[in-house]
Amino acid sequence: MIQFSHVFKRYPGGFDALKDVSLELARGEMAFVTGHSGAGKSTLLRLIALIERPTRGQALVNSRNLARVPRRRIPHFRRELGIVFQDYRLLSDRTVYDNVALPLIVTGTDRREIPRRVRAALDKAGLLEKERMYPVTLSGGEQQRVGIARAVVHRPPLLLADEPTGNLDAQLSDEILELFLDFHRHGTTVLIATHDQRLIERARARVLHLKHGELVRDTGASA
Amino acid sequence: MREYFYRHLQAFFSILGRLARAPLATTATVAVIGITLALPCGLYLVVDNARRLSSGWEGAGQISLFLKREVGEAAAGRLAERLRALPAVAKVEHITREAALAEFKRLSGFGEALDALGRNPLPAVLVVHPATTHSGAATLEALVRELAGLREVDLAQLDLEWVRRLHGWLAIVERGMWLLAGLLGAAVLLIVGNTIRLAVLSRREEIEVVKLVGGTDAFIRRPFLYQGLIQGFMGAVLAWLLLQLSLWALAGPIRELADLYGSGFGPAGLGLDATALLLGAGAGLGWLGSRLAVGWHLRAIEPR
Ligand SMILES: Nc1ncnc2c1ncn2[C@@H]1O[C@H](COP(=O)(O)OP(=O)(O)O)[C@@H](O)[C@H]1O
Ligand SMILES: [Mg+2]
Repeated sequence: MIQFSHVFKRYPGGFDALKDVSLELARGEMAFVTGHSGAGKSTLLRLIALIERPTRGQALVNSRNLARVPRRRIPHFRRELGIVFQDYRLLSDRTVYDNVALPLIVTGTDRREIPRRVRAALDKAGLLEKERMYPVTLSGGEQQRVGIARAVVHRPPLLLADEPTGNLDAQLSDEILELFLDFHRHGTTVLIATHDQRLIERARARVLHLKHGELVRDTGASA
Repeated sequence: MREYFYRHLQAFFSILGRLARAPLATTATVAVIGITLALPCGLYLVVDNARRLSSGWEGAGQISLFLKREVGEAAAGRLAERLRALPAVAKVEHITREAALAEFKRLSGFGEALDALGRNPLPAVLVVHPATTHSGAATLEALVRELAGLREVDLAQLDLEWVRRLHGWLAIVERGMWLLAGLLGAAVLLIVGNTIRLAVLSRREEIEVVKLVGGTDAFIRRPFLYQGLIQGFMGAVLAWLLLQLSLWALAGPIRELADLYGSGFGPAGLGLDATALLLGAGAGLGWLGSRLAVGWHLRAIEPR
């Protein structure tokens, strides 16, 4: 699903956030990216989502060469991913339902199909009762579950999460982790950036360890 | 295709809702657009009405034939009869030497001086009104030459020069109107562009999220284009209302003035064509201003 070979990322200003990173993540695999703050975890995910472009090296995602995706094709490329953020990135002036429906609306999904799909995603995230509420009226854990429902509503083959539990306490983090494990069991490829060691230990999945932009440890395929 | 249509409809109504939720900002923008569009249209109305009014005068452009002194009243009467029979002539007034003198005395106040002269120095005059079918400038001049060549006629004078000058002025004002329309059209582009710029920036978060979940630029642009289109159209409607209101306010005084001149003239508003042009231009400029602004600012908003 993801193949990086000798990928470098230098930000404007000259800072090397990723140096010579090579890795491979098979379809259906689950892995964590970890490392100290500033190690390059977010940068790695942003390259995969084409929010940033690699400076050097070859990166394939979903068998597409990232260097060969033109600007105007980026939206279509992103429709095959689901992305979860630490700060949820929900639209505050829309209901939970409308937030989750957004990826379906932008892709022009048949409008009779939308309610069914949105409710399936909300059901999975345990939010069926809250569909008419606005994000600000929800707790942090609930907001993150809305973010996850939005990330999976269009059933992407690849799910990316950048510090998804960064703002949550241990119990809520475990609930979120359960959701990711469940998607993984259903065949979704999952890549989670986190520095939460407890979470990684509980998941017992593959770990990619970054240090100052270099991949220093890879535990290999998951247990 | 149905989905496509539905999505446009949805964007259209969501924008109407957005505009209605910010009535003050919307009203201000629409008012500025309306006033801006009303200016060149008002000038157009002035030119158009002046032209209609003066074309009435041109039709009445009359030819004064000053007859030779030796032509007697009876001969003048016969000449008038002959002229009336011409197809190019609608009406001929015969002003006898006595009548001319009486009128001159009455109007000039030189009555006593003329009395002292002892004899009437004024010639008889035939005032020829050309038929409306022969009121074109070239036809009139041909008619004047023909009449000047008559044996009894001393001098033929066409009272048209000032009308022609007026038309020259109107042509200049009209050209100025198009220049002004161009400038103010550009102003509308800027007004809409600025409004849309603010709208885009205020929805920055939303745009980033839509980009992250795979929304294309076209999808993101759509509501803003409708916003520009709707505001431009509403501005044009407002401009139309402003013009009608001004006409209504001016109609009374203009009619009184026209009555003084014995004319049935009343000011005309924008015709169907001009109204369609105004509304189309408003909507089109709104759309274009929005397209330029969105194209420019969307590029700068990339998700983090
Ligand atoms: N847009 C950017 N411009 C310049 N430097 C950046 C940018 N984004 C991140 N960096 C730098 O790159 C390094 C890695 O950042 P990041 O990938 O966010 O690390 P992590 O997510 O592991 O904390 C940091 O030192 C950060 O300061
Ligand atoms: Mg980070």
